Amino acid sequence: MTPTWVQLVYLACAVCFILALKGLSSPKTARAGNLIGAVGAVVACVVVFFAIPEAVLQSENIPLILVAIAIGAVVGVVGAQRVQMTQMPQLVALFNGVGGGAAALVALLELGDMTSAGHEPVGFDLAATAFTVVVGSVSFAGSMVTFAKLQELMTSRPVVFPGLPILFGGSLLVAVALSVVTVTNPTLWFGVVLALAGLLLGVLLVLPVGGADVPIVISLLNAFTGLTVAAGGYVLGNTVLLVAGTLVGASGTFLTKLMAAAMGRSVMNILFGALKGGSTLGAGVASDRPVRSGGPQDVAILLGYATKVIIVPGYGLAVAQAQHTLRELVDVLEERGISTDYAIHPVAGRMPGHMNVLLAEAQVPYEQLKEMDDINGEFKQADVVLVVGANDVVNPAAKTTPGAPIYGMPILNADEAKQIVFLKRSMRPGFAGIENELLFDPKTTLLFGDAKDTLGKLLASVKGL
Amino acid sequence: MSEPIVWLTIFTLSVFVGVEVIAKVSSTLHTPLMSGANAIHGIILLGAILVTATTTSTLGLVVGLVAVVLATVNMVGGFVVTDRMLQMFRRKPAPAKSGRSAAGGPQS
Repeated sequence: MTPTWVQLVYLACAVCFILALKGLSSPKTARAGNLIGAVGAVVACVVVFFAIPEAVLQSENIPLILVAIAIGAVVGVVGAQRVQMTQMPQLVALFNGVGGGAAALVALLELGDMTSAGHEPVGFDLAATAFTVVVGSVSFAGSMVTFAKLQELMTSRPVVFPGLPILFGGSLLVAVALSVVTVTNPTLWFGVVLALAGLLLGVLLVLPVGGADVPIVISLLNAFTGLTVAAGGYVLGNTVLLVAGTLVGASGTFLTKLMAAAMGRSVMNILFGALKGGSTLGAGVASDRPVRSGGPQDVAILLGYATKVIIVPGYGLAVAQAQHTLRELVDVLEERGISTDYAIHPVAGRMPGHMNVLLAEAQVPYEQLKEMDDINGEFKQADVVLVVGANDVVNPAAKTTPGAPIYGMPILNADEAKQIVFLKRSMRPGFAGIENELLFDPKTTLLFGDAKDTLGKLLASVKGL
Repeated sequence: MSEPIVWLTIFTLSVFVGVEVIAKVSSTLHTPLMSGANAIHGIILLGAILVTATTTSTLGLVVGLVAVVLATVNMVGGFVVTDRMLQMFRRKPAPAKSGRSAAGGPQS
């Protein structure tokens, strides 16, 4: 039996996690919230060493565990510190995946323990164990595929092949059947097969999801891992795991819905849209229709003699590491008395809020960043909208083309401005893989090239006016 | 393991707390919140320590240690990367702005 004082510490840690989530939902308290969560987690993991009864403790394992923790901590800290802010979404996916994998392994060990000699496993425990094994494996495999998609180790476009729905449905049935078998006739090997079925299911779940929707899937898998941890807590008879896991499972599910709503999508449509045919598929190829392209000089004149400029930053800006050059350009424009704002789409970048993080890193003053709802009415007055490495978030297809994968997503009304300038590397479509009509608008000028390079030339030209 | 009904009670109440506590998050904070929640489920480390410290087989030890490493990466890396994301709120030149966002963004 776990000592009472340990149970009390667990309770305190559970409260820490609640406060952490509460803190994380407001900018003022977000950092403190994260810190409280970290303290709770560390305390819980120290205390657990004192909670293991002498009778079952294998004390020679303890040094090895400490070494394993040290290795994990170094990998985690180095990974988190080194990663480019642009690659942060895939890092979160990776962290989520290993968490799910760990939960599945813990459940397999527990299953091995339960089925070993002298134990009479209880139905509820076995059901929770089976759940942890299968959902943990789904989360692990699914997260690895999202990682590969975001890291562009594989295509970020939806992968669909004939028979995928049947294969997916079949694997789901097999996983459920195996779970039942694991409960009624528990052996470790059924658990292992169940884990394999979970891995397959995870891959099949994420393959048909298009690139732009991948962040939503990360959030969903995050909630899955939370529920897995909760079930693991039940199996191990540990309250802090149950509470923490459930909190993450519930808030993660809710957050997934919020994110999907911000993109004007439903979670079902994101997961299964491609299976129904076409709905997350786009053209995906560059068109050869005529566009008007200009040089840095032309655009510099447009900008230099404007009275109101709105910048629409996108992921391409971050990839080119051009945030600092852009900030310099904005400084010069402001010096000339031109009102300049950044219009931040909720899902600019790769995840909701990602662009704010990237621009804050380049020391762009927070008050220049305008959220979509605040700035959308101002585009009509803007002389020039400068779209830097963004595409889908200004694509009018979201309003006009019911079949488009981004249809219904709220967009920035860049098309209402007097002039639109796109800084683009090529005519390649955006992350959603569809063509942007705005590129062919007579009001639009295209400036091809690497964002950092082009912005540098633009900066020099504006300075020379 | 005690009464399943007690556990079901804790579970159900936690679901409501989990949803209520983040109901008013602004869209700017979606990513850090996801990352923070991701770090919190790294608490599976505790479970990994429990099973590894009590296992008697070599295979169990190896699998358990792998689980410990993975869970630690999840937990430690998760909290560190969340803190990095949140550094944007460290220097706050415009308190009025953050007050506005705190009052509930357009997304809630």
